[in-house]
Amino acid sequence: MSDAAIRRPDQAVPHGTVWSRLSRHLTGWLFALPWLIIFAVFLLIPIVASLALSFTSFGLGNLRDWFSADFVGLDNYSKLLSDERFHKAARNTAVFVVVGVPLTIAFGLAAALGLNQAIGKLQSVFRVGYYLPVVTSIVAIAVIWRYLLNADFGLVNAALGLVGIEGPNWLGQKSTALASIIALGVWRNFGFDTVIFLAALQGINPVLYEAAKVDGATPWAMFWRVTLPLLRPTILFLAVITSVGYLQLFEEPFVMTGGGPLDSTLSVAMYVYEQGFRFLNLGYASAVAYALFIAIVALTFIQFRFLRGDEGA
Amino acid sequence: MAVDAARHPALPVPTAQPAAPSRRRWWLIVLLLLGLALTAVPFIWMLLGSLKTQQELVQQPPTWIPETVTTDNYSRLWSRLDFPRYFWNSTFISLAITIANVVFCSMIGYALAKLRFAGRDLLFLLVIATLLVPGSVTLVPLFVLMSKLDLVDTYWAVILPAAAGPLGVFLMRQFMLAIPNDLLEAARVDGAGEFRIFWKIVVPLSAPAIAALGIITFLPSWNALLWPLVVLTSQEHYTLPVALAIFARGQFQADYGLLMAGSVVLVVPVIIVFLLLQRHFTQSVTMTGIKG
Repeated sequence: MSDAAIRRPDQAVPHGTVWSRLSRHLTGWLFALPWLIIFAVFLLIPIVASLALSFTSFGLGNLRDWFSADFVGLDNYSKLLSDERFHKAARNTAVFVVVGVPLTIAFGLAAALGLNQAIGKLQSVFRVGYYLPVVTSIVAIAVIWRYLLNADFGLVNAALGLVGIEGPNWLGQKSTALASIIALGVWRNFGFDTVIFLAALQGINPVLYEAAKVDGATPWAMFWRVTLPLLRPTILFLAVITSVGYLQLFEEPFVMTGGGPLDSTLSVAMYVYEQGFRFLNLGYASAVAYALFIAIVALTFIQFRFLRGDEGA
Repeated sequence: MAVDAARHPALPVPTAQPAAPSRRRWWLIVLLLLGLALTAVPFIWMLLGSLKTQQELVQQPPTWIPETVTTDNYSRLWSRLDFPRYFWNSTFISLAITIANVVFCSMIGYALAKLRFAGRDLLFLLVIATLLVPGSVTLVPLFVLMSKLDLVDTYWAVILPAAAGPLGVFLMRQFMLAIPNDLLEAARVDGAGEFRIFWKIVVPLSAPAIAALGIITFLPSWNALLWPLVVLTSQEHYTLPVALAIFARGQFQADYGLLMAGSVVLVVPVIIVFLLLQRHFTQSVTMTGIKG
């Protein structure tokens, strides 16, 4: 490196010429181009097209000639407002997010705090164990859990039977089906939060705890006054990531309940799939998908405001 | 610590090591072990269940260790169903997506991190803005596009939309920012072109990031359900998750042995890959917060 620095002056690099500047810009774009083309065709254009589609009555007959689809204005959106199955799907998805996200973060944090305090060298074993469900296929997990939760010969009810409780038909009745799916979501995802929290906890300067201890703080006070405020950015990050994931709930109800019983586990993403690819109302399905998109953007925005708002306080 | 000791000269300096194992600590360990058992049991149940007979699978109370070990469930996956085919489809599609992402994301990552060109910052903003776009939003327009391109029910329909993701760009750019500029400048002075610099210097130096990108691309591709379910319409093109989901809802709904064996085929390769490479993986997750 040093001899290059010495050689630099006599190797006149033509920085100023038009050609060299042009070739510099060109090289940059050339490196970006392969990615950019695929990204534009298969992600950017579809995002815009989704909005356009939602103003039409696009159906199977329009697949060959796109512009033969009728423009229907805001009809699809006004239909959304009176579509009771959509309302049900939206409510179920909202419950899944509002209950599931805090639970996932709480369990993730509890496990991270426990691992951080009680476990020394074995920490990585636990971390890998908790993380395992996060990387495995939701389809397989949903298949396994449907068997575990079976009313008659599932392991869960057999375990409850040992302590004298007669377990319900978890996935077969309205009152427990969505709760079961929330529990599955928490079970599968808390390990991700644990890994992130552990990294954040290990980044906290131990001097802060020592100072608090010297000042006579109890462990409980230290958690509320030192740990939690310092974890705020991590909690924000996890709340956003987890909510965006949970709003797209699909695989679990698709495999475990098919959206039933009586639509009690129907999710918005399932409704998009059903409207688009079972009933072939592609225009209406786009409107449902766009509503979901707007909900995701709005929720992300609210979380940023809410969890960041009083940072200075 | 020195500051603390100075401020409170009368107090002993607290030690970093926790005191002798207290009762509280043992309770914590028991709880954590219980949590570990709860995450492991469904997987153990799947493995054991895949080796049981249908009779034993619906027996009450359930047994842990199979009374009669059978491989019948697995042989039915092979003979009655086309699981080797689905396995190959999944492998091919996931590998193609992974290779495409590694190549394309490294290239644009290099441009965003180390080259100066007009529109660069705008391009990076675009990457960031699309990080959180949900797959269900593009589902319908993608299907419309694929049918226009005559790609419905082909491997390409699954590979192309996943071949250039924003997450990979973000990861590669962040990593490449740390490569010293002097190194690249020296090569430029020696007359190396940008492609040569990229290939000979940047790619070898980015090996850890490439490994991380490989894993975080492969796993979601292997596990993906929604889009393949929509666009792969004939059985011979099914991936493993699509096949398992459709059989679990349809004719094999109550055939738990078959479903457990199918889950094993879907899950075990991922667990092996994850355990072998988990070091890279958890590092990349904590570095960038990218989900598997």
